[in-house]
Amino acid sequence: MDEILEALSNDARLTAKEIAKLTGKTEETVKKAIQHYEKNGTIVKYKTVLHQDLVSTKPLVRALIEINVSPEKDVGFDHIAEMIYRFPEVTSCFLVSGTYDLLIVVEGETIQTVSNFIASKLASMENVRRTTTHFLLKKYKEDGHVFKQTEKTKRLNISY
Amino acid sequence: MDIPLSQKVEKLAPSGIREFFDLVLGMKDIISLGVGEPDFVSPWHIREKAIESLKEGATSYTSNKGLLELRQEISRFLVDRHHLEYDPQEQILITVGVSEGLDLAFRAILNPGDKVLIHEPCYVSYAPVVDLAGGIPVMLQTTVENGFKLTATQISKACVPGVKALMINYPCNPTGASYSRQELLAIAQAVKKHNLLVVSDEVYDELTYDFDHTPLASLKGMKDQVIYLNGFSKGYAMTGFRIGWACGHPKIIGAMTKIHQYTMLCAPITGQMAAQEALRNGVKSVQEMKREYNRRRRFIVEALNSLGLTCHMPEGAFYVFPSIKKTGLSSMDFAKKLLHQEKVALVPGTAFGESCEGYVRISYASSYDNLKEAIVRIKRFLKK
Repeated sequence: MDEILEALSNDARLTAKEIAKLTGKTEETVKKAIQHYEKNGTIVKYKTVLHQDLVSTKPLVRALIEINVSPEKDVGFDHIAEMIYRFPEVTSCFLVSGTYDLLIVVEGETIQTVSNFIASKLASMENVRRTTTHFLLKKYKEDGHVFKQTEKTKRLNISY
Repeated sequence: MDIPLSQKVEKLAPSGIREFFDLVLGMKDIISLGVGEPDFVSPWHIREKAIESLKEGATSYTSNKGLLELRQEISRFLVDRHHLEYDPQEQILITVGVSEGLDLAFRAILNPGDKVLIHEPCYVSYAPVVDLAGGIPVMLQTTVENGFKLTATQISKACVPGVKALMINYPCNPTGASYSRQELLAIAQAVKKHNLLVVSDEVYDELTYDFDHTPLASLKGMKDQVIYLNGFSKGYAMTGFRIGWACGHPKIIGAMTKIHQYTMLCAPITGQMAAQEALRNGVKSVQEMKREYNRRRRFIVEALNSLGLTCHMPEGAFYVFPSIKKTGLSSMDFAKKLLHQEKVALVPGTAFGESCEGYVRISYASSYDNLKEAIVRIKRFLKK
């Protein structure tokens, strides 16, 4: 990965000036590169990773749902996928290989809201043949981040 | 009771630095840029291998020279990386870190009164280890103008009768200085001319940023004269495993093994198992850590220079060695005041030789956020 992208993926708050210092490039070069990446869509957006459990007293309920669908003539899975990912409850949607077709992530305030969404909106869709829902119980790692007390070396404060 | 100690040990420099170190060790909530080891934990796959080896019951001694598989792995690695061939049976010894390697090397080659050339600034143990082995350390001062590097002329000039060996460390702790192949060729020529043995500590070799590291032993005609020391501590972030290696002429490695078998017996087996895994699958982790150090290196050098603490760009390791002369303070006073006023710890240059007054060692084996905060504090300190 490009050094600039690597720095930004690690910390999106870094300024062009800081990245320039870290990578040994000029500020101008970094600015131009970032503009270029923003323009061509390499950089999609800058977001903050939250520890959801700490955000509110009532953490969101998340579920992974495997969906078997009947593909449509000409458009394949794309049309039905769009029908599904347009629901605001759906936070991620993937077409996958294997025993089912779409894997989606759904978020809701309670198990009840997520269940209602599946029963009333998702499962009743015409091309949806079957759904299998997995409610998430515990998050160990996400997007490369381990949700555990971070590992720290127990170094002495000073040594040769 | 007056306990009569060995006179040699009593005379060993007590290091005024010790006091300062004790002060730092006793303080809480400081930002320390004084640490001589990686801030990374050993890569997980290496730790896992160590755990696995324990589960499988690998808790015994190994052969004195170390596990043959590890020596073979090192041998292959050196051929692949540097076209440097050592026979794993006769020319490679697994040591307890490079520290033990140094001790063995000097004890194996020195007779009482033999002189050893050592560059200054340098790591703290070289002169004492030479001294303990009966030798006489001869310090050669390097300067910031030369990028803290030894020159061939300097070596030649110092080669009076009685000089038997040269101690060289690159990339260097504390300056980060390293040598390009071209620069090493000149040094090798001087070494040949004066028929010196060389003890070469290359433990920071994986952390060389601006060019490829060249082992001195890999230069034509040098292999028999060089005791090549390296290890897993720095590049692989495995300091606590205590595994190093020594390569050299079979006669020297044989002599070192003799001492090692009586004093150490063997390096710990868990560390040796972990080291094998490091060599087999550790390249990616090393590269990732190196990239991170490199980013910090650029940041810290620029930041220090912009504060007026002139600092040369080090080629390797994870240290910078800026001058604090413009503050008018001694290295020790600078370090103490900075510690008390701003809770930032670093190591006074004088820890690394008398000629290093006016410098401090800053380790950038610390997170970018820590480094940024430390720079803010140093800036505030300088304004007072």
